[in-house]
Formats: sequence, structure tokens, C-alpha cells
Amino acid sequence: MSFAEIAPVAHHHPWPRRIVDAGYWRDIAGRLAAGEWGFLALWGDTGAVHLAFLEATTPATVSVATLPCPEGRFPSVAKALAVASRPERAIRDLFGLEPIGANDERHWLDHGRWPGGRPFAAPAPGDAEDAAGAAPGLPPYRFLDSTGPGLHQIPVGPVHAGIIEPGHFRFTCNGETIVRLEERLGYVHKGLDRLLAGSTIERAAKLAARISGDSTVAYSFAFALAVENALGVKAPPRAEWQRALMAELERLANHLGDIGAVCNDAAYAIMLAHCSSLREQVLRTAETAFGHRLMMDGIQPGGVAVELKKEGAAAVRGLIKVVRAQFPELVELYDNTASLADRTVATGRLDPALAAAFSAGGFVGRASGRSFDARRDLPYAPYDRLHFEVPVMTEGDVNARVWIRIKEVEQSLDLIEQILAGMPTGATTADLLGHIMSTCEGLAVVEGFRGDILASVRISADGTIERAYLRDPSWAQWPLLEAAIEGNIVADFPLCNKSFNCSYSGHDL
Amino acid sequence: MTILGNLTIQILQMLLVLLPAPLLIGFIRKVKARLLRKKGPPLIQPYRDLIKLVGKEAVVADSASWLFRAVPYLVFAATWVAAALIPTFATGLLFSWSADLIAIIALLGSARFFLALAGMDVGTGFGGLGSSREMMFATLAEPAMIMIVFAVALIAGSTQLSYVAEFMLSPAVGLRVSLALGLIGLVIVAIAENARIPVDNPATHLELTMVHEAMVLEYSGRHLAMIELSAQLKLLLYVSLIACLFLPWGLAPVGAGIGLHVFGIAAYFAKLAVAGVALAVFETSIAKMRVFRVPDFIGVALMLGLLATLLRFMSGSL
Repeated sequence: MSFAEIAPVAHHHPWPRRIVDAGYWRDIAGRLAAGEWGFLALWGDTGAVHLAFLEATTPATVSVATLPCPEGRFPSVAKALAVASRPERAIRDLFGLEPIGANDERHWLDHGRWPGGRPFAAPAPGDAEDAAGAAPGLPPYRFLDSTGPGLHQIPVGPVHAGIIEPGHFRFTCNGETIVRLEERLGYVHKGLDRLLAGSTIERAAKLAARISGDSTVAYSFAFALAVENALGVKAPPRAEWQRALMAELERLANHLGDIGAVCNDAAYAIMLAHCSSLREQVLRTAETAFGHRLMMDGIQPGGVAVELKKEGAAAVRGLIKVVRAQFPELVELYDNTASLADRTVATGRLDPALAAAFSAGGFVGRASGRSFDARRDLPYAPYDRLHFEVPVMTEGDVNARVWIRIKEVEQSLDLIEQILAGMPTGATTADLLGHIMSTCEGLAVVEGFRGDILASVRISADGTIERAYLRDPSWAQWPLLEAAIEGNIVADFPLCNKSFNCSYSGHDL
Repeated sequence: MTILGNLTIQILQMLLVLLPAPLLIGFIRKVKARLLRKKGPPLIQPYRDLIKLVGKEAVVADSASWLFRAVPYLVFAATWVAAALIPTFATGLLFSWSADLIAIIALLGSARFFLALAGMDVGTGFGGLGSSREMMFATLAEPAMIMIVFAVALIAGSTQLSYVAEFMLSPAVGLRVSLALGLIGLVIVAIAENARIPVDNPATHLELTMVHEAMVLEYSGRHLAMIELSAQLKLLLYVSLIACLFLPWGLAPVGAGIGLHVFGIAAYFAKLAVAGVALAVFETSIAKMRVFRVPDFIGVALMLGLLATLLRFMSGSL
């Protein structure tokens, strides 16, 4: 019996979830490692692990495999598939489930400072301190060895000189050349899995909107879709179009900010000044149109919170005019500044093979030849009715990642015009509560500015969230940054890092 | 009487380089901000920062030795003396007999040497990183500077600055290719030595890209104030040096009256302002170089200095 012939569990929408045994689990891991299927997410549950992946059909479909682990163990996916390594380590920290055969057995999110040990696992008999509420304490974190003559280490962070999120980077260098970079993340762990579990849909939506502040619209969008899929509700058409408008405005603002910030890291401050001014105009327009600069909580399960008024639509139209007038000049400035091109071209090159192996989404994947965009490949309303292109490049360097952003800004401008022109009228919220019957599950994949955000929810019969998991695209992009920087010089790291612009908060959960 | 007059001028000169040094930085920042369509901090912000730093507690690492504490004062003293030796508004300085280009290079070299030692003293990754980069640049910047000085000295017939300035003002100097080469070389060295874009970014918060800032990352409080002030003095010093060697117009000659001295000061400030605007415009229009491209950049200065000296040897009129 092949995997597809296993009967899917009931009430999991819109894609099937199948309960598998260890044999199928290993088989799926093998297919993922062989590049036959694409990895989406690996997350834990009480006594089970879930693996979401992309089947290479046309159109692509998502599948979820669930392996019950009554003995608290599961065969490691990471043994064959490197991208699964950190998710597995996180599962072990949160749920106490042991990946068998994993290459890396170090803790990941748990830094030995959590009172009460693993949040989702019953305290083991040996964990005497757990009962007292004290942190169990872990052995000191051991960074991977790099030895050789002339090698030295540079520890950077978790607290940085600029006002950015915390993360530790351990560089092993030979003079200026980076031999190995190892990341240590988890400093902004907020306990989201635990916070989401047991909360009402309303509260969970607010939490989801705050997982990674710069992608708040995309996260709300993904969470709302997952809940609606679970309950079998469809948001009214006007709400769908309004959501897309918010999502594109968010993409526009973040891409503009990133383009400027990458240039600023090469000390080319004039690009940052102009891009920041454009970004600020996007944010102000968002405030006029949706009442919040970042449009936080603008999207809610069942619809949208704010009705787009005439003045709002007019403001967005005005914004598009401004950006269309000013942006091409900035692109020209970027393209014609030789000293800047000297920094970005061929710096931090990410091998397309690696981008494919890690199923990297967003500009990281698309700059390295991986043509995937959830808006096109796993279409959700209203993108199935909109026309846009997904830019793809193969150079994989900092310059390519900037260019993907530039092209996506242009696509977003087109999309916003289409959305404004085609926006239907009608209600903007649908009733959810009437549809809560029994335990149901929903899955959604939404394209944020960084890449595809996956949301999975299980809603219990009383209407509370039993388990919700939101996977940030950064899970696949952080490890790739380690690979892209190898062989570059230390002074180029900030530039590469900014061109990846991974989320700490979204990753640390 | 002459001695008293010269002493007054010398003291005035020492204050004249110390007091406007933060103002020059403030001015450059202001011009840069305006170029980026920002308001920018007030002109006197660098003074406020220095006062703030002096009032703060100096946090010193446990592993720091006496060297770490002594270096800020050493660096400041050496830089101030070097800056005070350059004729800014008048040539009749009391110490003008010691205002030798070689002495100035030696003073700056020692300051750099001690700063690099202090960078490595604490033993953090960044200090060592900054010191190694600074030294990599210095290995080219110092010889470049010396070659340029040789070219100038061969033309003027002296390494003494007052004499060189007077010679440059005289019709004997004429139009010389070697001087033009020397000027370009000196500007490159000045940019590199003062950690300006495209060699270093004085405004960055990215530890890993820093050169000068990485070296002094462990300093705080009054120590940092000394180092900041030294850096500001050094920028002023290079501007003054370029002005004195290549644009010595307005310098009050020995024994001139008050009027000429006041005019000299006014001319000096005008030169500082022009240099500040030029630097700000240049920095805004260019991105920072890759670290390993910087030696090429400073290497150009070295080549120019060498060429200038060679040209002077080949023909007395070039």
C-alpha cells in the first residue's frame, strides 16, 4: 500500500493528513531527502509528530503525515534531511520526544532556563528540580569543532551593537575568511505553543499576529485561513480581497525597508534614506486605510476587522502613484553604483542545490533558482484570480536577493492595482461560532514577505485551540545563511545577513 | 617680545586645533544628514557627547592591563601635539622648528601602535579583529604618507612645515605634476587614516564591519571620550595638513600684525568648511569597500607618492 492509499483522518482540511507507522515515516523522509518531495514543516504534538510536505504533482498538493510516538521516540528525519534538524531539536525540547538516529543531539530552544523543564512533556522521574519550579540546568552548549592552524573564534551576540533581535553567532575564522559560522538561536522564545494551546480562537488570532511583528499580516492571514479551513467556513469575498491588499502592502513596506537596509550595510546611506521615506509612506497609507501602521489584527478568522473605506482606497491609489514615480529612480541608483555592486555581486552565494534541498522559500529560495510561491503554487483566494509573475534568479548572491525584492515590489504594485480594481462589495465577516461541532483540523500556507508561512490548527469541540503551530520561513533560511557565508570574509557577514533578513522571533516561537 | 608673541600664537594654535575638532565632525554629520534629506543632530552634538562620556563611569574589563587605561591619554597627547605642530593660520609658531613632517608621522604612528596594542589587550574577538585590520591598512598608509612627504620635501627643500608652506606660497613652486600626485595620495591616506567611507564607516553599528571602532569597542566613559576626541583631532590634523601643504593661502607670516592673524584664522575655518562639505558629499556618493579591496585603494596612494618622488628625481621641474 502506498502512502497515498492510506485513508486520511477525518476533519482535516483542505489537504489530507494520514497516520503512518515508522516504515512509511522513513520512506517519506527518504523521498524528501532524494528531492522527490519538498519539505514544509515538522512539528510536535502530545505523543505524536507531524510532517508536512509538498508532493510534486501539478498542481502541487500538501500532505501531512503523523507518526504516533507512544514510547516517546520517532525515527529522525534529520538523519537524511538536514533542514529537519532544528525542528527536531525543538520538538525534543518542547515535547520530550526523542529523534532516533539524529546527528545533532544538542538542545535548541531550551537554554536551560525554563522553569519546569519541557513545556509539553510530563516531568520524568529524574527531574526532581522540575517540581520545585527551578530550571533543570543543562550542560554547557557545545559548539561544533573546527580545528586547524591559524583558526580563531569570534563570538558575536546575543546582544548586538544595533537595536536588533538577539541571536548568537559563533564564527570560526582564518584571518578574515570565515571557515564556519554556527548560529545559536532561541533567545526570544516566548512559549507560543503553550500560550496558543487552550486559548480561544480570538485570543489565538491575536497571539498569531504577534509571532513575528514584521509579518503580522501574513501570520494573521495564515492563522485565519487555517481556522476557516478547519471549520469549513469561507470568508466573504470582500474580506478575501481586503486581506490580499493588506498582505501586499506589508510585502511592499518590508521589501522597501530591506532594499534600503542592505545598501546601508554597505555604508550607502542614501538608498536607506530614500527607501525609508517610501516605506514610511506605505505605513502611513496603511494607517489611513486600515487604522494601524503594520495592520496588526486587521485580519481575523472569519474575515477582516477593518472595513476599507473610499478614502482608504484613494490613499492606496495615491501611494501606488508615488512609489511608481520614485522607485525606478532608486533601482537605477542601485544598479548604477559600481561601488555598491562591488559589495553585493558574488557575495554570500547560496548554491541552488542547497536552496532546493532545504526547500527555502521567499527571496532566499527564489534568488537561488527555487521557483516556489504559495500564492501561485498553492493558490488561495483571491490570488487564484489575480495575475502576477514570480521572479526567479539563479545567481544566489546578495545582489540577486536584492533584485528579487525589487521585482517583487513591482509585482506587488501591479497586484494592489488589480485588487483595488476588482474589489467586490458585500460583507467582510462570516460567522465562525456556529460551525464549531467537533474536533477539527485545518492547514494553510500563506506567502509572507520572507516566504511561505504554514499554519496548522486543531480546534476542540468547545471552540478552543487544542494545538496550533505556525512555521516561519526562517526555519529553512537560518541554516542556509550558515552555508552561504562560508568562505566569505567576516566583514561581509552583516551584508549577507541583511539580505537573508531571517526572523528571530518567528523562529524562536 | 617675539618669543612672547610666538608663544601666544603657539598656545592659540593648540587651542585652535583642539576646540573646533568636534565641531568639524558635527559639521560633516550635519551636511551628510542634509544630503540624506534628514535634519541631523545639532552642530554641537559631538561636544555634548564628549561631556556625557566624561561624566560616565569607565567600565574596564577584568583582563585589562595598565596599558589599556594609559593608552587613551597617550593617544590623545600624541595626536594633540602632532596637530599643534601644523601651521593652521600662522607660520610663526614657537615650536615651528620642531614642526617636522617626519615628526608628525612618527607621533601618529606611535598613537596607532598603542591603540592597536590596547585593542588586543583585553583579548576579545573584536579588539583583535580591529587591530589586525587597522595594521593591515597602516602597512600601506604609512609608507604612502612617507613617500608623499619625501616628494614634497624634495621640492620644497625641507621637511619643516612652516618652510614648506612659505615655499608653496612663493612663485618658485610653479605647476608641478608631482605635487598633484602627492595631493591625491594624501587625500586617500587621510580618508583611510580617519576611518571614513569607503574604508570604514564611522556611523555603523555592525561590529563585524568595523575597523577603528572595533579596536576601541571595549572603551567607555572618560577613556572613550579621550579616544573620540583624538579621532576628531586626527581628522582636523589631516585637513590642516592638506591645507597647509597645498592650500597655504591666508597663513599669517612671521611677525605679522593682529589683522593678518585674524584673517588667517578666518581663512582656516573656511578651508575646514570646504573640506567638510567635500568629505560629506564624497561619503554620501560611495559605498564602503570590501576589506580586502582597501589595500588596493591605499596602494594607489603609495604608488602616487612613489611616482611623485620619482618624477621629482627625473626632472627638477615636474
